[in-house]
Amino acid sequence: MNAPQSAADAAVVPTPFKTSTGFKLAMLALVVYAVYAMGQLGFSWGRFVTGLDNGAVFLGRMFPPRFTHMDQLERGIIESLEMAVLSTFFGVLLALPIAILGARNLMPVWVTWPVRIVVTLCRAFNPVIVGIIFIKAVGFGALAGILALMVSAIGFVGKLFMEAIEEISMKQIEAVRATGAGFMSVVAYGVIPQVFSRLVGFCSYQFDANLRNSTMIGIVGAGGVGSTLFNAYQRFEYDFVLAILISIILIVLAGEMLSILVKRIFDV
Amino acid sequence: MSETRTDVPTVWQRHTTVEVLARNAVWLAIIIAVLVSIRRVNIIWEFLWDAPEQMSDLISRMWPIDFAYYPDSVHGALMETFHIATLGTLFTMVLGLPLAVLAANNITPYRVVNLFAKFWLVATRSVNSLVWALLFVAVFGPGPLAGMVAIAFRSIGFVGKLLGEALESVAPGPIEALKAAGASRFQQLWYGYWPAIRPAFWSIILLRWDINVRESAVLGLVGAGGLGMILNAAIDLFEWERVAMILLTIFIVVVVVEIVITRFRRTLI
Repeated sequence: MNAPQSAADAAVVPTPFKTSTGFKLAMLALVVYAVYAMGQLGFSWGRFVTGLDNGAVFLGRMFPPRFTHMDQLERGIIESLEMAVLSTFFGVLLALPIAILGARNLMPVWVTWPVRIVVTLCRAFNPVIVGIIFIKAVGFGALAGILALMVSAIGFVGKLFMEAIEEISMKQIEAVRATGAGFMSVVAYGVIPQVFSRLVGFCSYQFDANLRNSTMIGIVGAGGVGSTLFNAYQRFEYDFVLAILISIILIVLAGEMLSILVKRIFDV
Repeated sequence: MSETRTDVPTVWQRHTTVEVLARNAVWLAIIIAVLVSIRRVNIIWEFLWDAPEQMSDLISRMWPIDFAYYPDSVHGALMETFHIATLGTLFTMVLGLPLAVLAANNITPYRVVNLFAKFWLVATRSVNSLVWALLFVAVFGPGPLAGMVAIAFRSIGFVGKLLGEALESVAPGPIEALKAAGASRFQQLWYGYWPAIRPAFWSIILLRWDINVRESAVLGLVGAGGLGMILNAAIDLFEWERVAMILLTIFIVVVVVEIVITRFRRTLI
């Protein structure tokens, strides 16, 4: 079994756990870059310290959180919830056919390419950027926010669902096709059953993400509790801002738990 | 044996009755939530029917793209965005690791400390980076410093949570071997845990860097530096050709970052 190594062999064995030179050089490069970048952005210790003083004042004005304008807070939060529900529902509804059109194992190349470009475009831009463009198109309010979040749902669910479809086993598809099924039947009985549990996972994740984003997108004017937050911020009511932040954190946590529950029910 | 057994059901069911009920309840809840939201939500539907026309008008105004604007101001803002995202990620590496160590129950076997660390991870994760940017603009004044701190704060929760989970799933065998050999606490971390989580660590950091590049492009909308600042200015001035240039830049950067990350991931992991 484990024969003792000869002295010559032992000499060749390098020191165990030794950090490689390449790793050290890479770390050094990162540090050099950090110093350079901080210089480029004009950071200085003085600014940071002044900031900390400001921060102390800021924190002082935030505490204690003030839960007074409950009607404003409630309206904002309900609107955020509505935005999250509608954008996830309609976004996923649009993402499903798009994903099927973009899957290379079901569709010819001339269909998949344009669809894939659309999905990449949807995913490339932050919902806030999409949001300000929709605000210009449909005006301020929840509608712009819902449309923006739908775009991000198409980008995310569309891409992942597309990949999930491309990984399915083609044997079942062939079996369904062999019975003379049309395209819709192939999708309904060959594709969907294979990817359904993953789809549930993507959708609950997307709902979670949309809920988070719906609390933020209002900062640029697209509705939801973000608008309430931004108004309070602009009126320097920092104690109310803290109250809104606490509510947002609680809602996001509740959303996370809800999506865990749904995933458990559907055994994902 | 030819007689039929009576103890097996004649109709096979994939799910139990409770499972079926729970699933139907979820579907019902979804339908109710959607219907209630449609009825309640504060939307002027005429604006929705009008949207395609408005969008095509907007896109026609974006043409031709103002390429001359790129060397003018887009390039500088792009570099600023890049620095904000990268520095923010570096700070996250420095701050997120200790929090992850404190949150992992197998390294820090004190429930109170775990909960304390987890509280900070949840709190920083639940607040969006744009909201963090808003707060830090009030603290540090407008500019990239606020943006960088906001990016770092938002990322700590994300990186710390994933790293903490990676640390908790490290196999106890090698650690016990190190302990038996008389390794100190730090040596256990450096020689036992670090090699085990290194691939996860780099892939988490790369993933976050990718997200941070995208997010730092919008922080300027609240005054925290980068591409968002000039985007905001161009939109306010209705200079749609310039807006198109900035959007094109963001799109190209996002695609390039994704390619770089796929490359890195192959070499690092």
